[in-house]
Amino acid sequence: MSAPVLAVRDISKTFGGIRAVDGVSFEVRAGEILGLIGPNGSGKSTLFNCILGQLRPDRGEVHVNSRAVSGRRACELNKLGVGRTFQQLSVFPQMSVLDNIILAGQEHTGTLLSRLFGKPDAGLTAQADQLIDFFRLRHLRDEMAGSLSYGQQKLVDAAMAFMAGPSLVLLDEPAGGVNLTMLAGLKERLLTYNREHGTTFVVIEHNMEFVMSLCTRIIVLAEGRIIAQGPPEEIRANPTVINAYLGG
Amino acid sequence: MKTWATLALLALGLAALIAAPIGQTHYIVYLLSSWLIFATAAIGLNLTLGYAGQISLAQASFMGIGAYTAALLTMAGVPWLIAAVAAVALCFVVGLALGFPALRVQGHFLAFVTLAFNTLFFLVARNEEWLTGGSYGLSGLPRPHFWGFDTAKNLPFYYFTLVAFVFAAVAMWGIVRSPWGRAFKALRENPIRAESLGVDTRRITLIAFAIGSAYGGFAGALMSPLVQYIEPNSFAFNQSLRVLLMVVVGGAGAFFGPLLGAGVVILLPEVLRFTEGYYLMIYAAAVIALMVFCPTGLIGLGRRVVDRFRPKRARSDLKLGAQL
Repeated sequence: MSAPVLAVRDISKTFGGIRAVDGVSFEVRAGEILGLIGPNGSGKSTLFNCILGQLRPDRGEVHVNSRAVSGRRACELNKLGVGRTFQQLSVFPQMSVLDNIILAGQEHTGTLLSRLFGKPDAGLTAQADQLIDFFRLRHLRDEMAGSLSYGQQKLVDAAMAFMAGPSLVLLDEPAGGVNLTMLAGLKERLLTYNREHGTTFVVIEHNMEFVMSLCTRIIVLAEGRIIAQGPPEEIRANPTVINAYLGG
Repeated sequence: MKTWATLALLALGLAALIAAPIGQTHYIVYLLSSWLIFATAAIGLNLTLGYAGQISLAQASFMGIGAYTAALLTMAGVPWLIAAVAAVALCFVVGLALGFPALRVQGHFLAFVTLAFNTLFFLVARNEEWLTGGSYGLSGLPRPHFWGFDTAKNLPFYYFTLVAFVFAAVAMWGIVRSPWGRAFKALRENPIRAESLGVDTRRITLIAFAIGSAYGGFAGALMSPLVQYIEPNSFAFNQSLRVLLMVVVGGAGAFFGPLLGAGVVILLPEVLRFTEGYYLMIYAAAVIALMVFCPTGLIGLGRRVVDRFRPKRARSDLKLGAQL
């Protein structure tokens, strides 16, 4: 079996007296779409931030493509092929959609000096346009990102995560605040991208319909610990999960 | 705006700057040179503050470092051009060092760090008499002479300053249009997201401080031959506030904002002199009114006026509804 794209080993993180994440371990294989679900405060976002270098875990290790990345900065992780989206809107509002997406790829081109003296678009307009078309944002290409609707900004945010051709993308509540029509389109885009590029996804989501139909495997967190994991249909029927999260 | 319209406006602006001193008194020509020099310093601060979002209250100290460096070197017989390069390089390095606190503190804490640096520079300039001449400053500073072009008189010096300003502005245009410019804006708007997209926010913060400070040093290197006498008070904290005012009044983060802002801060008080004892009060009231009613500065005000008269268009997606 090939090495996991992401290996999380015994991650723990406390805030004051509160243990937000408590000894969480899991692996994600290439091309897998893993869902991470759980009630509010179960430690999903804290775990994401520990994996992505935005928080330093008290204990544990993270490996991306067999490389230990614990303590690495978010920009270094991005260079290692890790993309992410945020729970809150995270576009650059005073830049055009095109500039937002070019920014997401420019740090992967050339050197620091070549980016100063080279082309203003770092030679990325054609690639950004492909992504813009893929996410069906062509009509918004030159609009300021801040002028778009919430759902449209979520799409731009997602497009940015894919610009550098990552091998692993962590999506933090991509469906939050997105209307049903757009949501179906977003799911279709993610599945197509996964199929065509073999990109691995880890998705935090509260929208059960979305996460169950998108993911190949699901991990359920409660009070900072994994209480169940398995295929969506198994999770849906798991009495512990129903009791702790899904409800009757 | 279309490219030809932008080029036409730039040509018109440059023509106006070339024609501005013709037939004017020595004092007005001196003021116009001062405007361009402060605009150069403000362009630098606009990069640090307006584009990269890092507050700095130390721009006058970099003008001071540049001015003293250029003054000491030219008095020792070094050509101005080499002295200016040395001033810019020194300010770049010191600015880089000043950027380090910005990696740990932000907002008003960073403002106080930079304020303290400006005060430190002022004290060094006042107390280290062996180097800076102390409170008496340095006088008799020479004006540069370039292959038959003598800048000793005010009018040639103005054109020398104009060339230096255009050089600095074009270089800044190149920076803000490059991927670096995009990274600076990303740092200002959402540093955490920028970092997650591979932007090394620590490095880009340091670069923003270093380049902004180097522009202050270049302005200082121009200032010393203009006034031909420098002393510590010319680079005290209140002067940093003046440069900050230029950036804010013109429009922080707008490319032409610093030029307009410096125009308001340097030239408007002179235009209002006919009101005699009231001119500073009217000037202060005008600045307050501008900031209250148009916090995006003169460039923002201009954009609002243009938007009001521009034909309205419906965005295609608003007609079509959600696409996905």
